Amino acid sequence: MDYQDGNALAGPLSEIFSLDVTVAQGKCAACGLRGPLAQLHVYGPDPGLVARCPSCEEVVLTLVRGPNDAWLDLRGSVSLRIPIAE
Amino acid sequence: MGIISRAFHGRPREPDAKLPPGQYLVHDFPVLSAGPTPRVPLDRWEFSIDTAEGPVHRWSWEEFLALPQETPTVDLHCVTKWSKFGTGWKGVSLDVLMEDVESAAEYALAYSYGGYTTNLPLEDLLDGKAWVVHEFDGEELEPPHGGPARLLVPHLYLWKSAKWIKGIRLLNEDWPGFWETAGYHNYGDPWREQRYDGD
Repeated sequence: MDYQDGNALAGPLSEIFSLDVTVAQGKCAACGLRGPLAQLHVYGPDPGLVARCPSCEEVVLTLVRGPNDAWLDLRGSVSLRIPIAE
Repeated sequence: MGIISRAFHGRPREPDAKLPPGQYLVHDFPVLSAGPTPRVPLDRWEFSIDTAEGPVHRWSWEEFLALPQETPTVDLHCVTKWSKFGTGWKGVSLDVLMEDVESAAEYALAYSYGGYTTNLPLEDLLDGKAWVVHEFDGEELEPPHGGPARLLVPHLYLWKSAKWIKGIRLLNEDWPGFWETAGYHNYGDPWREQRYDGD
């Protein structure tokens, strides 16, 4: 197996989001599969993290971390449903 | 001492002069992966040069191997900062593949089995600067390194040398590829350290 599960996104995305988005429910733009980001297949970390749908293997998101910027590309995600405690 | 050192290392030139800024030298060949490694059967492999209107030229594996072959020895520079000197390849120059192509296009988008893409100005593929290679170090190119065939454009960062190449699309306007739309530089010249968008 040459990838990790989506829990590998938790640390890098915690630089950007104050919430743990690996528990967010995502919807794959290619096949419509819904599920938590923690179930994505994550390749990398270099030259960037590439998270793919566990069903159709299309790219759901990429995260490139430069020295001064991070680029989060949600190209393959229709939406993220993020649980927020009251 | 210099003679002994040179013989021991088998390296007849000064490494530092060949290292672009920010790079370090490696002697292994790291594999970076953005997805599952495609396995392309040779009887179903084909390589195309096409335009938005359709294919201009298409080669089967046998037809591709029958083209004039070259054996470039080049230095590789990965955007993740490793460089590897003196890599030996065998393949077909893009000058040969483009020989009969009439086009006013200024841009190219290399596309791969598995869905990867990367963009380059067409002139960066011509005049002895790029090849489609199928052997590394005298052996068949293994799938983790882009086999059965990959693009080789050694004057740019290695992400431009698309693994598992399937074709090259000639375009009148620039279409940024996979990493170019995800934060990396549109051109990727290692000597100008063009790593990220805006560098």
